[in-house]
Formats: sequence, C-alpha cells, structure tokens
Amino acid sequence: MMPTSYEDGHISVSGAGGGSMPGKKPENTAFKQQRLPAWQPVLTAGTVLPAFFIIGLIFIPIGIGLYVTSMNIKEFQIDYTGVDMSSPCYNCSQNFSWNSSRPCACSLPFYLDQPYDSNVFMYYGLSNFYQNHRRYVKSRDDSQLNGNQESLKDPSKECEPYAWSSSKPIAPCGAIANSMFNDTLELFYNDPNGSKVQIPLTATGIAWWTDKHVKFRNPGGNENLPAAFQGTTKPVNWHWPVYELDSDPENNGFINEDFIVWMRTAALPTFRKLYRIIQRKNNMVPTLPRGNYTLEVVYNYPVRSFDGRKRVILSTISWMGGKNPFLGIAYITVGSVCFLLGVVLLIIHHKYGSRNNIAT
Amino acid sequence: MTLGDDGPIRFTLAKRQRKKKPKENKTRTVHANILYDNAKGEENPNRHYVNNKIKTTKYTLLSFLPKNLFEQFHRFANVYFVFIALLNFVPVVNAFQPELALAPVVFILSVTAIKDLWEDYRRHRSDKEINHMDCLVYSRLEKRYMEKYWKEVRVGDFIRLRCNEILPADVLLLSSSDPDRLCHIETATLDGETNLKQRQVVRSFYDLDCEFDPLKYNSIIECEKPNNDLNRFRGYIIHRSGRRDALSKDNLLLRGCTIRNTEEAVGIVIYAGHETKAMLNNNGPRYKRSKLERQMNVDVFWCVIILLVMCLFTAVGHGLWMFQYGDKRPVFDVLSPDGRDLSPIMSAIYLFLTMIIVFQVLIPISLFVSIEIVKICQVYFIHQDLDLYDEETDSHLQCRALNITEDLGQMQYIFSDKTGTLTENKMVFRRCTVAGVEYSHDANARRIAMYQEMDSEEEECMSHGGTLPRRDTSCRNTQPSAAPWSVHLTVLLPSVVHSTINLLPVPQEKDVTPDPQLLDKVNECSSQMDFMRLHRQPMSQLTSDLADIIDFFIALTICNTVVVSSPNQPRHKVTAELSSSSSLNRSSNRGCSSLLSSPSADSTLTKLNEEQFSGSLEHTFSAVPPSYDGKTSSNLEEGELRYEAESPDEAALVYAARAYKCSLVERLPDQVTVELPHLGKLNFELLHTLGFDSTRKRMSVVVRHPLTDQITVYTKGADSVIMDLIKPPDTGSSKGKRKKKIVCRTQNYLNLYAADGLRTLCIARKVSDKEEYACWLQHHLQAETAIQGREELLFESALRLETNLHLLGATGIEDRLQDGVPETIASLRKAGLQIWVLTGDKQETAVNIAYACKLLDPEEEILTLNEACALSGDQTTNAFHSNFAPVETYPFSSSHISPFSVHRLGLVIDGRTLAYALDKSLEDKFLAVARSCRSVLCCRSTPLQKSMVVKLVRNKLKVMTLAIGDGANDVSMIQVADVGVGISGQEGMQAVMASDFALPRFRYLQKLLLVHGHWCYSRLANMILYFFYKNAMFVSLIFWYQFYCGFSGSAMVDQWYLIFFNLMFSAFPQLITGTLDKDVSAETLQRLPQLYMSGQNSEEYKPYMFWMNMIDAFYQSLACFFIPYFAYADSDVDLFTWGTPITTIALLTILVQLGIETKTWTWVNWLSIAFSVALFFTVALCYNASCPTCYSPSNPYWTMQKLLQDPLFYLLCTITPIAALLPRYFYRACQGTLFPNPVRVGRQLDKLPADTRRNILGLSRVTVGSPLRAEPPFLSLNKLSPESWNNKDQRSIAGSKTSQAKQAAASQTEEKGQISPPARMEKHFSDLFPLAPSELDALPYTKNDPPLPGTPQPPSAKDSECFRRTLQLSDQSVNVSTPLVSQTDSIQLNLAPDRASECVRFRRSSETGLRPDGTVQPACRTAQQEEQSLHTAL
Repeated sequence: MMPTSYEDGHISVSGAGGGSMPGKKPENTAFKQQRLPAWQPVLTAGTVLPAFFIIGLIFIPIGIGLYVTSMNIKEFQIDYTGVDMSSPCYNCSQNFSWNSSRPCACSLPFYLDQPYDSNVFMYYGLSNFYQNHRRYVKSRDDSQLNGNQESLKDPSKECEPYAWSSSKPIAPCGAIANSMFNDTLELFYNDPNGSKVQIPLTATGIAWWTDKHVKFRNPGGNENLPAAFQGTTKPVNWHWPVYELDSDPENNGFINEDFIVWMRTAALPTFRKLYRIIQRKNNMVPTLPRGNYTLEVVYNYPVRSFDGRKRVILSTISWMGGKNPFLGIAYITVGSVCFLLGVVLLIIHHKYGSRNNIAT
Repeated sequence: MTLGDDGPIRFTLAKRQRKKKPKENKTRTVHANILYDNAKGEENPNRHYVNNKIKTTKYTLLSFLPKNLFEQFHRFANVYFVFIALLNFVPVVNAFQPELALAPVVFILSVTAIKDLWEDYRRHRSDKEINHMDCLVYSRLEKRYMEKYWKEVRVGDFIRLRCNEILPADVLLLSSSDPDRLCHIETATLDGETNLKQRQVVRSFYDLDCEFDPLKYNSIIECEKPNNDLNRFRGYIIHRSGRRDALSKDNLLLRGCTIRNTEEAVGIVIYAGHETKAMLNNNGPRYKRSKLERQMNVDVFWCVIILLVMCLFTAVGHGLWMFQYGDKRPVFDVLSPDGRDLSPIMSAIYLFLTMIIVFQVLIPISLFVSIEIVKICQVYFIHQDLDLYDEETDSHLQCRALNITEDLGQMQYIFSDKTGTLTENKMVFRRCTVAGVEYSHDANARRIAMYQEMDSEEEECMSHGGTLPRRDTSCRNTQPSAAPWSVHLTVLLPSVVHSTINLLPVPQEKDVTPDPQLLDKVNECSSQMDFMRLHRQPMSQLTSDLADIIDFFIALTICNTVVVSSPNQPRHKVTAELSSSSSLNRSSNRGCSSLLSSPSADSTLTKLNEEQFSGSLEHTFSAVPPSYDGKTSSNLEEGELRYEAESPDEAALVYAARAYKCSLVERLPDQVTVELPHLGKLNFELLHTLGFDSTRKRMSVVVRHPLTDQITVYTKGADSVIMDLIKPPDTGSSKGKRKKKIVCRTQNYLNLYAADGLRTLCIARKVSDKEEYACWLQHHLQAETAIQGREELLFESALRLETNLHLLGATGIEDRLQDGVPETIASLRKAGLQIWVLTGDKQETAVNIAYACKLLDPEEEILTLNEACALSGDQTTNAFHSNFAPVETYPFSSSHISPFSVHRLGLVIDGRTLAYALDKSLEDKFLAVARSCRSVLCCRSTPLQKSMVVKLVRNKLKVMTLAIGDGANDVSMIQVADVGVGISGQEGMQAVMASDFALPRFRYLQKLLLVHGHWCYSRLANMILYFFYKNAMFVSLIFWYQFYCGFSGSAMVDQWYLIFFNLMFSAFPQLITGTLDKDVSAETLQRLPQLYMSGQNSEEYKPYMFWMNMIDAFYQSLACFFIPYFAYADSDVDLFTWGTPITTIALLTILVQLGIETKTWTWVNWLSIAFSVALFFTVALCYNASCPTCYSPSNPYWTMQKLLQDPLFYLLCTITPIAALLPRYFYRACQGTLFPNPVRVGRQLDKLPADTRRNILGLSRVTVGSPLRAEPPFLSLNKLSPESWNNKDQRSIAGSKTSQAKQAAASQTEEKGQISPPARMEKHFSDLFPLAPSELDALPYTKNDPPLPGTPQPPSAKDSECFRRTLQLSDQSVNVSTPLVSQTDSIQLNLAPDRASECVRFRRSSETGLRPDGTVQPACRTAQQEEQSLHTAL
C-alpha cells in the first residue's frame, strides 16, 4: 500500500492486520552510503607528469609519420580563372555569363617536373564559392534525386525559387543543381616528339558508392531517360537537360557522377571536387610522366562576379587523403608542447611538489 | 470593570442576531441535520458548508493538459524555448526542421507533465481511498447509526466513534462511554505527539445519565469559521432553554486523530472535508531558491547577453557579406523562395532571428531539468545516510524542501534554539529549595552521574546489537518501504513522517533519590497532619515551615496537566521486576507505550485503583524507614504508575514528588487524587486550571483543599514572574521578616541553580476565600465564553487570580545536553560557522548551558548586555547608544577583518535589551558588536524576537542563515532563515512542519552540513559551471563556422546532433557526476571542518569562474573547430562529412573535460561515459543508415559509416581533445601543486592509507583547529622546521604589521615572565584592545612561547584598565562589584548621574586566572611534538 502523506491531508489507512512496518533504517550498502569503490585521481604536477611525457612521446613520431606521408604526395595546381591579362582564359572570363550560349575555349600549358606514379586524381577547385550557404545547402529535393516520380513533377518547396521554370517543374530542382560546375577539362600530354596525346580520364568512380547506388536514382530506372524526364525542364543555368549529361546510360541523368559530386555540398568556401581519375595503366610507365602538358578548358562557368577562382589540381593520394601537411605538423606541435609542459611540470614538481605531496 | 466584561459579548451577540439574514461572516452556525427532513433539504442551514469529500488533486482528466501547460509556462525558460521552437515555423528565419526543433521542448514539457500526472494520480487514489472509508452516521429514517462513507458525512451529522477509529471530520464531542465523560485521542498524525490527549464532552451534556439520543438534540452551535489553528477552537452551544455553554478545543475531536481508550463516543460534525483543521494545515512542500541558483540565474542572464552579442555579430557580418557583392548576386546566394531579392539589411534582420534559433543551445534547455534531477538524487542520498538515522526513535532525516540542498553547504550563521535542540529536553529533577531551605539532593546527583555513564555504555551496546525492541506501530501510518523508488516518491511528495518519538520518561526522570532531610520533614509533616485530622484540629496549627513543605509537594503533584496511566498487561509486570537494569527499563517503557494504545486499556483506572491501593497500604503500614538507597523504593514504585505530561518538566516534578511519597494517583477533569504518606489518598476538587502559556509563563490550579476545605491556588512558573507576584510581606511583623528572608534566600538559590545550568521553577500558593473566588469565577466564565478577544480577557482574568502569592519554594531541573552537542558545536565553529543561540530561558541558565556545550569558552571575554533596572523609553535608547559606544571603539568592528574571523569575545544579551537592539536606529551597532563576537547568546527572547534577529542578520549582513529548533516557538525563526531545520524531537511537530530539513538530533547537523552540504554544493556548483561550459563550447563551434559560410547561419553539425546533443549524448555523465562526485571523503570532511569554508566563500562557483569557463570553452571550441578545419582545408570534403567529426570531437572533449573535473571515479562514472560515447555512435550509425532521402538538408546517408573507415577521423579524434584540454589539464596540475586549496589537500589526505590519515587528522585537530586565525591557515603538511611553522602561524594570525609587531612584543614579555605594568598599559592603550586576549590565547599554539600560567593578575588588570579607559571616553564610571559567580568577575558599570537609574553590566570571565592552563597546554605541546616527529618521519 502506498504510504499516504500528510501533505495531502490524508490520514493513514492501515490494513486490518496492521502488520509489521518495514524499518525506516536505510540499507547499509556501498551505493546508498556513497561508499562505492572509487579511483580518486588528484591532479598535481607529480601525478600528471607521466601523462604529458607519454603523450609527447607518442605524438611526435605519429606527427613525423604523417608529415612524411603527406610530403610524399605529389600535387600540382593550375589556376585557370583568367584574372590576369596574360592568362589564356582571360578573354573567356571577361565576357562570359550564365546565359551565353557560345562556348569559349582556352588551353593552358603546364609542366610537371616529376612523374606521377600511382593513380592521379584530377580535381577542379573553386575558391570563394560558398556552397555551404544556409539557403543554398537546403535548396535541393532529395526525393526527386532519388527518382521519386511525384517529386519529379512537383519539386519540394525547398527548391524555390528554382523549382519551376515556365510552369514546368525543374529536374533537378534547386540552387545547387542550378549552379552546377559545367566547365569541360581535358588533359593532353605534349610528347617530346611533338605529338599531343590526350590523357584518358575516367569519369566514373568519383562519387560515393552509396550516393551513386542508393541516394541518386533516375526516375523509372535508367531506360529511356528523355521519356522519364518528360514534362520537366532543365535548370535555368544549364545548357543541356539532365538526361544529356553523358552518353553512358549508367552515368546519365541523376546518376551522373559529376552531378552527384557537385550535389555533395562542400564544407568550406575554398574546396575542390573530384573531376576525373587518371588510372594507372601498368607498373612500368608512370601515370603522368614528367614533361609538358596542356589543359584544354571549355570555359562555361563564371566565377568572376563573386571573385571566385577556378583551379585544376592533379594529385596522388595516400591512405590519409590528399596532400595536407597540417595534421602531421599538428601532431608534432602538440607532442612537443606536451613534452615541454611535462618538463615544466617536472621542474614545478621538484621545486614545489614536495611541499604538499604528503603521499610520498 | 466587572460589568464591562459582559459588554462585548452581548454586543457581538446582538449584532449577530441583527445580521442573521445576510450570511454572516464571523462565525459558523451548526444545526443538527436530523432536525431537517433529509439532509439535502433546501431549508437545511448546513447546506452551504463543505461536505466531507476531499479532493486534493490538481487536475481533472479534461483540465490536465491546459492546466499543466499553463503551470509549466510560468517558468520563463519554458516560454523561451517554446518561442524559439515556434520561431522555426516561420519560413524566412527557420534554421531547423520545425518539427524537430519542437522535440526537446516537447520532451522536457512532457517529462514534467508525466511527473505531475503521476503525482496527481497518486493523490487521486489516496483521496478515493480516504473518501471511501466507513463511519457510523445517525440516520433519522432508520433511527440508528448507519455505515456511511466518509465522503457522505456532512456538517451537522451525528457520528458514533468507536475505539481505534480515525475521525472523519472535526467533531464536537457530545457523549462518551467513559464514566468521566472523557474521550482520549491520539494526535500523532497532526502534531506527532503520541501521548493521549483528553477531550471532554460538552459541559451541557456532561450530566447526561442515559445514552445520548440524537433525536433529543436541539441545540445550536455557534463557533468560529474554519481556521488552521490546531490549538484553538472557540464557540458556544445554545440550548433551547437559552442556556449557553462555552466550547473550547477540549471539546473538539480533530480529523485524522485516533480514538483511544474510549469505547464509544458520539459527536456532531462541525467542520468537514477541506474545512477541517487537519486539511487547512496542509501546506505543500516549500519552494525556495537557493543561493547557488540565484547566482546561476545571473549567469544565465549573461548567457543571454552572449547569445545576443553573437547573433548580432553574425547578423552584421551577414549584412556586410551581402553588401560586398553589391548587385551581382552570386549563384550560391539563393533568392528568397518567391524569387525576391533581399536587401542586406533585411537579410541581416532575418538572420538575427535565425541565429537565435541556431544558438539556442547556449541557454541550456536541459539545465533546469538536470538540476532538479540531481537535487532529487541528492535528497535521496541524504535520506539514505545511515549516520543521519536515529535508531532510538527509528527516524531519519527528512528533506522537506527539495531544492535547497546546496544551500546546506554555504551556511554562515546558525541560529539555534536551546531547549530540546541542544539539550535532550529530558528533565531530571536535581534540587529544590523549600521555605528558604535548600535540599541539595546530593545522592541524586551522584546517581545521575552514574546513570550517565551507564547510559553511554548502553547506547554503545545498542548500536552494536541493534536489537532494540521497536514499537508496535500497527495502528499508525506506515512509512515508505525501503525500496528506493518509493523513497523517491516521498521525496517528490514529502510527507510528514510521523514521529515515533514518545514522551515517555527515561528512567532518570522517574528515579529521584529523595534528600533524607527533606524526606524526614515530609514524613513528620504528614504524620502531624494525620494526627490533626484524627483529632479534628485545624490544620493551620501546623508550623508554617512544615505546611510549606507539604504544600510544596502538593503543588508539585497537582499543579500540572499530567495524565496518569497504568499499563495493566501482565507482560509489563514481568519486565518491571527486572527493571533494575536501565536498558531493560527502557524497553519496558517502549512496551508500555504500545500497550497504552491498545484497545483493551479501557479498564485501566479501576485496575489501577486496586493496584495502587494495595501498594499504598503496603507502604503506609509497613512502617519501614524510608529507604535512601533509592533503588529499592523506585523498584517497588516503578511500573505501577506512569505519568504522561505535555512538557517534560511537569513529569519530572511529579516523579520527584512521588519520590517523597506524595504521588499523583488519578487525574480527572474535576478531581485530582493524591496519595500522601500517613494521610493516604486525598481528593482535591479541581475547580479550575489555568493552563501554561508563554506570555504568563506560569500555570495555576484552583483546588479545594480536602483537609482545610479552603480554596487554594497553586501556581508554578518562571521565577521572574512568580517573584513579582509574591505578596509583598509587611516588614513590620516577624512573620513578614521571615517571609522576606525566605524570598531573599530562595532568590539566591535560584541564582545558584541557574548558574548550574538548571531550569528553575518557582512554586507558590495562595489561599483564597470563597467569595473572592466566586467573584473571580463569574468573570472568568464570561471571559471563557467570549468569542472576540477571548485571549486578552482570559489573560486578565488569570492575572487577577495569580496575585499576592505565598512563595513555597523553587525547583531546579536539569536538562541534559544531547549527545555530541559540544563536539558538534566545536566542529561547526571550526567550519567557520557563527553560532548564535536564541533561547527563551533565563540568562544564567542559558549562559551555563552555553558553557557546557562549549559555545562560550571560559577563556573568552563575555560581554553581557542586560538591564538590571527597569528602563523605559528614550532613556533606554540613550543608554543603549552609550553602551554601544565603547564597543564601537573596538577595532574589530571596522571592516578590515572579515566577518567570519573568530574572536575571543562572547555576547550575551537578554530579551529586553534585544528589543532595543533590534530597533532600527541601533540594529547596525548591535550587528557590529555581535559580528565581532565569537558567539552570541540571546536569552529570554520571544519567538518574534528570534525571527527578527535572524531576519536582521540575514538582511543586513547578506549571509546565509540556518535556524534550528524543535518547538513551536522556533517556527517563525525557522521560516525566516534561508534554511530551517527542525528537530523532530519531543515538542511536537510544528517546527518540523515549518522546516526545510528535519533532523532527529542536533549532532546530525554536523554531517548534514559538513558532509552533505559540502557535497551537494560542490557537486551542483561544478555541474552548473560545466553546463555553461559545455553549451558555450558547443555553440561557439557553429559561431566560428559563420566566418566560413558567409554568416549565413549554416551549421556543419547535423541538426539532429545539434538538438539532441544536450538532451541525450552529453546528459548522463554530468548527471552522474553531479549526483555522485565526492571531492573529499565524508570522514575527512568531518575531521577537517575547515573544508566547509570553501562553500561559505562560494569557492566552487565564483563569478569569475563563469567567465574562466567561458574563455576555456571558447578556446576549446577554437581547437575543436580549427584542427578539423585545417586538416580538411582545400579538400573535397562535404559539409556534413566534415561536421560529423567535429561533433564527435566536441563530444569527446566535453566528456574528457568532465573527466578532468570528476574527483571520484566509480564504475558508475565509467559506465555513464562509455554509455554516452556508445549512444552517440549508435544513434549516428542508425541515423545515417536509416533513410537515404530523408533528413533534409543534411541527408547524412552513410556519412558516419564512411567516416569510421577513414583513418583521418581517428587521428582527428585523438589529437583534438588533447590539444583542446591541454591548458586546463596543465592548469589543474599546476593548481594542485602550486596553490593547493584546502579541498585539494583534503583530497590528498584521502589518498593516504587509513591509519596515516587518522594520525594526521588527529593532529590537525589541534593545530588547525585553533579558532584564532582570521583566515585559518590550512593544515600545512609540509616539512617545515618548527621555526618556519611558527612564523607562518604568526603571520596568519597577525592581520597587520602593527599587530605582528605587537605579537612579537607580547611573546617576548611573556617569555620573560615579568611584565612591567606601565609598558603593558602603554602597549594596550596605543593598541586596540580586544586583540590582546586573542594574542595571548594564540600563544599556546605558537610553539616556542609557552604561556605563563603563573601571571594571572596582569591581564585582568590591563583589561579592566582598558575597560575603564574606553568607558571614560563615554563619560561613564566604573565600579567593580563583588562577583556573583565565582568563575566570572563582573564589572558593574553605572552610568553618569543623569542616567543613574540605568545600569548595564559588562561581565567578563577572568581568563587566565582561573583557566586550568596547566591542563590545556601540555596537550597542545605534545601534539605539536608529535606532529614534528611525523614531519620528520615523512
């Protein structure tokens, strides 16, 4: 029976037999008496010392390892925005807007001073492009991209104002898709013998597997895309409808990997996105031998209005990704600082530690 | 005057009759329901009154949701969070999915709602149960009593009550099966008192011979409106004949009480249901706001400011960012949905609102809920503490206020009651003086000393064995079982735990060894009286000495409200025979009490009479010389009669009288039977009883003396009152002179008693002639029936009777100190608590108890402020001003000494002086003086003064106050203080009902404050700080990101993580730490009370700490943001693949930070942290795998899975928390070594092996415990040489350079052992006086300077010199009077002639002279030596 309380103004009701009342005496258990066995670290210079040294000793080698790994990665960047008068793309950048229908081409020569051995990843990099803007990030319809027919015909409100164009639903809708990077980049190796060899670029395998196979799907499968996209219109800034992104039906429509890559909005305003992979052919020949190259650009994408920059990056990668010495340096720094603090603590411990370290 | 008394009653009556038509307001009229056709009839005048159905629920099924929400929205935070959630529904500003943003608010609201609903359901269930209890109600149709539910009972119903039934409503007793028309009730449920109370049948039905017939009843009852005063009931009953009879509380049976010892009773319902006194007394749990919470609210406010600043910053940033693009809108700056272009200013404004949503986490939604949860857990653990459980009374601590546990750790002032709080409130008769002759009862004193030893041994035994027979509580309310959740329940709904403390006398109270001399005289006297009676001689021939003696004992016996009862069960007799050992004795008493409440005790009186008769025969005829041994006689006597008294003093006196064979045999409402030696049983016709009250401070009985047939008034009361009422003897006659001498002598003895710490009572007698009495009685009856101003009338009436008394004698009763009181006071004082004792007792008694409990120290100055002469008006104020003037010249009232510094000065102030001291113009001065005193003792203070003192200190000094008391007179003080503590002791439950915490014993205060208070405070303070840190750290991550997303309000943390981070992922470990963390172990906290000061000074949570935490949070968030930032700079990482590691890192950092701050790691802590991490990853993995198209905009499908395959993720998760926490960890380590605060040292002590620790703690009690240091240097366990130790000590004592120099001088002179008076004088004139004694006292603690016990004279000379000097400044003259008590010398200060009538006594103990220095010093020295040896050993 529940105990009644005076607070409620209730009078106790005891059962007929009364019975024995359970004693009020609290149980003498370690938990109730707050005597649980416990580890009680006391933070003093003496006790903390080892931790600092251990951290230092572990971090510095890791840092060095990371730094070396990062340094072994080869990376080459070329800016083709065309801000400078001297730049081959200067003209293209000057008179280009989203609505211009005439493609503008420019070619940039460059020289690789060392051969790239493993697979080379070709990125395009954009600077000052705020793909992480709050309203930009939201401006997409995931279920449309997943091939949902209803969403195809009736894009979500999030896509506004890029959901409808001339009373037709836009596929793919939203600002992200609308602003898709549409420069075409081609790479040529200028053979010393004078010939210009186009380097084969693989356009697949650049997106996350789950994106390509789970998140993005064409409406009604990959068969007859134009029919599937019937009744929709292309995004305003696009030159071609979505089903003309590629000729390969496995890489067309919503599952076009360039599109998928673009749809994964970058975290920071300066970012790169994987454009192509240059597969290594065999172990004998380097993927990209030392020498002169030409980058042929079909310049479609305007960035000058927002002071943006466009780059092409050629990079090999390691187990920890692209070239970024930061983490190695960070590890070394933190490790050294720990070590240093450890020394400081050691001094403190020796000078003052005995004062109250009664445990010793 | 005599006629005038009638006036108001008639007037009010007339007025009432006039007002008959409009529903009158002042009174309630109750008619019998059966006079009207059926109870529901329109004409029933009772129909307006509330019926007996009770409903304590707050909600109905329909009203629950709106009402509960309405209540919850009273809390500002809830409104704020709902506002934010609703803001999310505005498309322009929304930051999250609106539904998701509602989740936390809904969660918090629904948790609270479910809790409320459940509580309400419990209330509903118990309402229902109670409403459906049965009782017998007279039915007009059936002409008999019918069973009905309680809820059907109505005002005006006749109810028949049987033994052991619980009263369904407030019932006026009309008939009782008891031959004396009495009804016994037990009021334990109301006031916790377990003794039986007598209630009388209304006087007009008293003479009813046959059984009460409701059909014949046709009277009307007029009484007051329902009110909550349990001890008041006023009204009258009007019979058809027009006769009116007064009704009082003695006629009213209250709802909730239990009928005992009465076979059957009939009554009429006066108040029902919610209008009963029991229900009106219901106050829910009290809600107070703790100091910590007040402090926290300031910081919450700062958080709001920070939030607004951050939002404003972001908004301005966004405006500028937009502005830089001008008209060329970049592709990523999406137009508003309707395609319009927003101006930068508009966007900035919208963004401001958005950011409020995004940053809402900064104001922690879960903080308030978490604090409540932690407090409930803390209360649970306090409840569970075995050390706070009193085995003897089977009661433990009750927390009645749930939300001020941490205040316990911040107390600065304790205001304590004396009687019952510091003392046991178990009265033992010690000495008496009759007719000016003192009977010292030496044998009694010896025996008591012996008992005390036995008692302590016995207690030890009991605590080991633990097989104390428990009271049979079958008829009582049961307490919650020990199951944790049910205790938890009571925590939520605090219930009054019914006190099982009984008022049973302990053996000591019963056993009084008579003084042989007095016993002889009693015997002689009574035999003479017997002789006279036989020879029909007038009694007046007895010598006045002897007459006084016999009257003295008669007065002791009958002038009280003691109830006689006798256990008549065979079981009792068995134990009684074995009762020579005190432990058995005790158990037998316990047995008795249960038997007492048994139904079969109705025939008590008849049996008792027989028993007693035989017993008395044996005594009277055996002619055995009175045994002085005490043991045999008490054994014979014991168990035959038991006295139950409302106050223990009364019982003690009755037992004392019984020791002289003058025993109370029976008490009936109109007759008292006393058995006297030789004379046998005498029946005193009890004409009137004027009960005790605190204003009169006395009680009287009016009896017709059976031997002299005179009407005699016996009065018993406080000596100050009685002495004033003594008939002034005409100095002419020799008789008068003798009387004067007696009075004089008695007064002297009274002073002596008080000096011994005894409670004194004076006994007086008055013989009144019949006419006089009749006249008085008439007026008194009028006063009794008055409804308006009855108290005043009764008071006046009593005053008329109690004049011109003849002094019989005085008694001294000892009130033993509770166990452990001196130790508790000592350690609380070491903890930096100022202890004030506020008592109603007289000054001498109070001072002596204060000495006994070490509140006052023989070594310290005592400053006594009282008024020996009657003063009035302005003069007094002037006098007071001038009294304080010298005091003000003392340096310590200046500000440079902290208020908590301890001085060797005690202040004793009495009630009348206190009244002036509390005057607006003087209170500051009074406080200045009181602050500078180490202890303050206010005696003779009224309850109101007590609360005024507390209020004054609390408001003026801005300190945390705790009031502790046990009686009704402490209630106002308890309510005023920040924390009120009630002792669930012997004086009922009023104090407990008003309190926040109820303790069984005073000594538990030590653990409650020093351990639980400290823990609760430090836990909660750390948790709150951590909360602020956590939220700031998490929110600033997003803030930094704004610099990289164009201040667009974008968040890289998935909104799910953002919203549930506080609520789920990081919630558990901090709750666990907040509940279980112990910075220092309980043992160390108790042994080193100094550690408590950290709470007093709010060291765990100071304003700067909030900012330190904020800065640390900003640093950590910078680390947590920028390490991933640079690690992923210029890579192809997407927004949420980058944000998820940051969230993970933040979580890890926050958890490790908690780990750094956690002091005690139990498995629960490990578990909670592991659980937190596991929960995060589990939720993240499930969430990221659940739906490929949902959760726009983040759409985190497979993100976590991908990350877990990335070595970079692990590398980041390792380095970032370490880099983030490095400064704090380093700081903590340095702090631990370089600036170890006391708490840290305490923790280090905890790490030592138990025996070493015990050694060190044992020493520290001596060295650290010196209460002299302004800022107690903490136990320094360094390996300093004695010299440096010494220096250090001195440094800490001496506040300033001058005092240091002086100290040196003092020590030098002390060393030489010779003091040249002039030099001394000069020194002390130039210096400020009161530091001097403290320095002298300080010396024992500095090792090299042994103080000089051999020079008692100089200090006192110098002191008095100082006094003289200071006093001369204020134009006063000094004369030294003869000491009243040998231990102190008092200086009588007469003021200047123009205020000759005013005098004030400053009394101070002469410190060095009588202090047994030789005994104190060696102990200190050996302890220090020991410590040295320990140092070297270490």
